[in-house]
Amino acid sequence: MPRWRVLVVFLLPAVLLYSVFIVYPLLSAFHYSFFEWRGIRQAGFAGLGNYRDLFTVYPYDRQLWRAFAHNALFFAGTMLIQNTVGLLFALLLFRYGRGRRFLQAAFTTPYLVDPLVVGYLWSLLLNPTFGPVNALLEAAGLDSWALPWLGDTRTALPVIIVVNAWQWVGFPMLLFSAALAGIPAEYHEAARVDGASAWQAFRRVTLPLLTPAIGVVSVLTFIGNFNAFGLVYAMAGSTGSPAGSTDVLGLLFYRVAFVEGGVEAIGRSSALAVLMFVFVFGVSLLAGSYFRRRERTLV
Amino acid sequence: MTARRRGPGRVAVHLLLWGYAAVALLPLVVMVLGSLRPTGEILTAPLGLPLSPTLGSYGRVWTEASFGAYLLNSLIVTCGAVLLGTAVSATAAYALARYDFPGNRLLGAYVLAGLMLPIRLGLVPIFYLMDSMGLIDSLLGLTLLYAASGVPFCVFVLSAFYRSLPGELEEAARIDGAGEFRIFGRIMLPLVRPALASVTLFQFVPLWHEFLYPLVLLRSEEKFTIPRGLSQFFGEYTTDWSALFAGLVLATAPLFVLFVLATKQIIAGLTAGMGR
Repeated sequence: MPRWRVLVVFLLPAVLLYSVFIVYPLLSAFHYSFFEWRGIRQAGFAGLGNYRDLFTVYPYDRQLWRAFAHNALFFAGTMLIQNTVGLLFALLLFRYGRGRRFLQAAFTTPYLVDPLVVGYLWSLLLNPTFGPVNALLEAAGLDSWALPWLGDTRTALPVIIVVNAWQWVGFPMLLFSAALAGIPAEYHEAARVDGASAWQAFRRVTLPLLTPAIGVVSVLTFIGNFNAFGLVYAMAGSTGSPAGSTDVLGLLFYRVAFVEGGVEAIGRSSALAVLMFVFVFGVSLLAGSYFRRRERTLV
Repeated sequence: MTARRRGPGRVAVHLLLWGYAAVALLPLVVMVLGSLRPTGEILTAPLGLPLSPTLGSYGRVWTEASFGAYLLNSLIVTCGAVLLGTAVSATAAYALARYDFPGNRLLGAYVLAGLMLPIRLGLVPIFYLMDSMGLIDSLLGLTLLYAASGVPFCVFVLSAFYRSLPGELEEAARIDGAGEFRIFGRIMLPLVRPALASVTLFQFVPLWHEFLYPLVLLRSEEKFTIPRGLSQFFGEYTTDWSALFAGLVLATAPLFVLFVLATKQIIAGLTAGMGR
């Protein structure tokens, strides 16, 4: 065992930095959420009072469920669009000849762009009067399709989901490509010899063998979507405009903590942060163990 | 799926894939072309090409909207944080991986738990912690926070690399009378250089993009990082489309340059740690 002096020199800087700026604030968030606050002064133990306020006090009682529903739609839409398309691209690019690497790089490029930049860029592209997207639709004779995409409560959230998918589709594609490359070719041969159609082979052989990759993609999508902030902030501001139709939990948390929380801001926003953490962490754990069970049934 | 498609099916696949490649890249092309065209031209013909390309909008963005300052701040904070985070993690991971001492496993688990904790959960306490330390509106505060956020990941990756190194080198050096710091600095650290390169890069991207913390912790415009500055800028320059596009290009370019330069390094760093 080395001398203590050596150990302290090696370990202390990292442990100190991590404890002060990560662990202490995270534990404090739990602590804060159980106290009543008057501005930055604690005013006694509140038990679950701050948590109850989030569900009962106007406007949070309405905004919390609305933001939660939008996050859930965001997740469902992303699974349906981004991850399905990512899987389709991975399948089509598997065994694709010349140009495969270029296509993979092209599909993955938007991922390198800051989500905030993506949001601002698309809000310019989708501008109802001067945006190239509507200009393109009109040039193609689809005038009735040239909508105020981000200004209409019915289209704003779906548009954000599609833009987010545009940015991230390369990620499921790469993961599914790697998983496909790991499936032994004999399995497909065997399916073909048994007379399976291409669809049957995909449904009965390929898809079940992709279960681990589907699990990883689903859980990471879930975590990413429920923590969304920058992209939505850039496209819809801190209130989730128009009329809150794109409000998500990340924006709500920011508003409660720093914009409109009033004297109760610290307690309520901490309670919201803890709730979000417990939900995301809990669901991720459950989903993780579900997919591991599914994997075991394959063997 | 694996059967080679022929005829119309094959053509459809080509069309779909190359068509989507255009969808993936065109918005970025429009962004770059837009930054080279005067605003009047963009507004009358959203899809046109730059007939007389000009870099004027970049000049405006660089000086009037102080993008030069934002870029410098982002570089200071991100590079400072990545260097500090990697440096302290390189020594800590070494001690955790190569020394046997009471509490080693517990301390390792304590640091790695950070991999699962969302840093955003601590936003409000971090704000008041920074406030009490006088680090609100300070690049130093942001740098320390960013550096700390990288510690769990760096320790996780680097300790795996240190563990994979053979023990003979260390023992030989010890027999030759080398001290612990000399063994670390001269023998062990150079051996994990590929891993240092990849953890540096993996920390860089999310920190370069981080928006919520600068939004909350920075107040004065001369301290803004690029994402924070960009959000300010989009509030002020709503009609100067040419400048808006130029701002987006300036916010994006540094990472693209970094990736073009460093892709080989990342792949080398990743593969060096595999298969052991």
